[in-house]
Amino acid sequence: MPESNWKAGLRAVAIPVLATIVGLVVGILCIVIAGKDPVLAAKAFVRAVAGEPRMFGNVLVSTIPLIFTGLAVAFAYRAGLFNIGVEGQYLMAQIATVVVGVWWIPPQGLEWLHPIAALGAGAVAGAIWGGIVGFLKAWKGVHEVINSIMMNWIALFTADWLLKYYLRPDNSRAASYDLQPTAWLSQGLIEGSRLHTGIWIALGTAVVVWIILFKTPLGYEIRAVGYSPGAAEYGGISVARALIITMAISGAIAGMAGSVQTMGLNHRFNETSALLGYGFDGIAVALVGRLHPAGVVLAALLFGALQASSGLMQAMAGVPKSVVSIVQAVVIFFVAAEGLWSFLQRRRAAKKEVTTA
Amino acid sequence: MSVGFFTILLTFIVATLRATTPLLLAALGGVFSERSGVVNIALEGIMLSGAWAGAYFSFISGSAWIGLLGAVGVGVIMAGLHAVASIKYYADQVVSGTAINLLAVGFTEFMLNRVWGQAGGSPEVASLPNIFGLNLMIYVAFILAFVSWVALYRTPWGLRLRSVGEHPLAADTLGINVYKMRYAGVLLSGVMGGLAGASLSIGLLSRFVDGMSAGKGFIALAAMIFGKWHPLGAVGATLLFGASQSLSTIFQLMGIQGIPTQFFNMFPYVLTMLILAGFVGRSVAPAADGVPYRKTN
Repeated sequence: MPESNWKAGLRAVAIPVLATIVGLVVGILCIVIAGKDPVLAAKAFVRAVAGEPRMFGNVLVSTIPLIFTGLAVAFAYRAGLFNIGVEGQYLMAQIATVVVGVWWIPPQGLEWLHPIAALGAGAVAGAIWGGIVGFLKAWKGVHEVINSIMMNWIALFTADWLLKYYLRPDNSRAASYDLQPTAWLSQGLIEGSRLHTGIWIALGTAVVVWIILFKTPLGYEIRAVGYSPGAAEYGGISVARALIITMAISGAIAGMAGSVQTMGLNHRFNETSALLGYGFDGIAVALVGRLHPAGVVLAALLFGALQASSGLMQAMAGVPKSVVSIVQAVVIFFVAAEGLWSFLQRRRAAKKEVTTA
Repeated sequence: MSVGFFTILLTFIVATLRATTPLLLAALGGVFSERSGVVNIALEGIMLSGAWAGAYFSFISGSAWIGLLGAVGVGVIMAGLHAVASIKYYADQVVSGTAINLLAVGFTEFMLNRVWGQAGGSPEVASLPNIFGLNLMIYVAFILAFVSWVALYRTPWGLRLRSVGEHPLAADTLGINVYKMRYAGVLLSGVMGGLAGASLSIGLLSRFVDGMSAGKGFIALAAMIFGKWHPLGAVGATLLFGASQSLSTIFQLMGIQGIPTQFFNMFPYVLTMLILAGFVGRSVAPAADGVPYRKTN
């Protein structure tokens, strides 16, 4: 008996919701182990999320990069590609955005072009960084995960080298030159918060990703390749082309995360000696969002709230910030261990068989 | 030149051996796991938690040996999580590994705060002894590389472990317990990853520093690939990567400038991509690496 649509939908939602609950329970356990008061922590969380409009604004500030990175991971995953290289694409895009944002001076009257150019440069840089991985997969069959990881570290050191040799005014400064104000995204959507117009770019990107995936021939090809590369090839789809395009688009989306962060929030590239985990956040968001753009936005909001509230939870309830990483890890773990849940599903299915028989 | 040639050479060799040790141990862990068919990008996290555990158990017991045991134990627990998720519950092994890495970051930060009430690092703890001026773990790493080679390539057990990574169905047909061998592979990677962590915190140093694995698990992964998923290949690859790391220090010592240190840092990753693409030699993964085995009957 074919299952009704809404039931299948419910099941798709059930796993991330259950995994999130498990994650939060572990988080509460950690708070208790740390000898802190979970009720106070919960109060701090609620206050940090909804206490004042500006605080909700800060949640959205944390949500913006998560929407992009989550979309980037989800998009690639649809083609059966695991883009663990979001971090590197993000970094290279920041560098490209800094170059355009600092050195390109838009002609009089065309200042509005500046953010578009800076964002475009970031997207292209991300697309190249991701596209290389897709190209090597299509051409030489090299697994995208290994190359993505390598490209992350190459990006880290390339960015560090460019920053230290070319992008900063002097050696004492741990950041690049500031972007010209014409390349900034305007803040102040909510008074008192640093919420910037990047939120509209993020939501717009989610819509575009949805359209590409589900309403265009390209999206159909991408999903066909993800479902079964062999069958797709047989059906006349160029798998190699799909792999390269998918990784390039995924990289472009990841790059936009870095660009928007630079243009809306930091206005410069800050020195970093370690990968900061934007890519890993994106993996969590994509999985919890069930690889669907709408789900990604919701999951980004959840993790954004967790991240944004970690400061106040620490200040008010003494909750260590590391608890957020632990919660995130547990959620990923339980979404990933599909066998754990299919066990439940199988048993349910078996029961149904018995009753229908 | 103010510093003598032999001093520089000796400094270079010692620095290389020190840089190689954690990489080699972790790479060996990767070899065991991936030869059995389980991709292990969790090495970074296993190493980090092992480093923490080494310092923690050394701290509470006052003995670096207990620290070493603790590092191995915690490494095995972390690897065990990865094993259960990816072998029993068919999790995507990359996703599971990612979760472990994230968990290790959160866990070690959390415990750093909980145990020592400070961020940044632990106080000084007892560390493992030096032998002829080189830390014990340096010898352990190279001896274990040889032992791993014997175990994997000169024993029936090793043949079985490799067979489940190449063709699990065929191995199953021959009566080899695929799941058991894969658990063995992944848990051994926990032992090695734990040792790698211990070599950082209570071997080469005598304290835990927050985030001290600093991507070494991923370099080890690259070295494992560069070494063609072979224990002795891993020795060569980690020596090369270790040397490239210490070269930048030596160049500074010799007053050679102009080559950005970042180039030395990215060298292992670039080389790995080149070899994977077939531009420098060829390296092929075990056939069933990363593919969950579902018994059908």
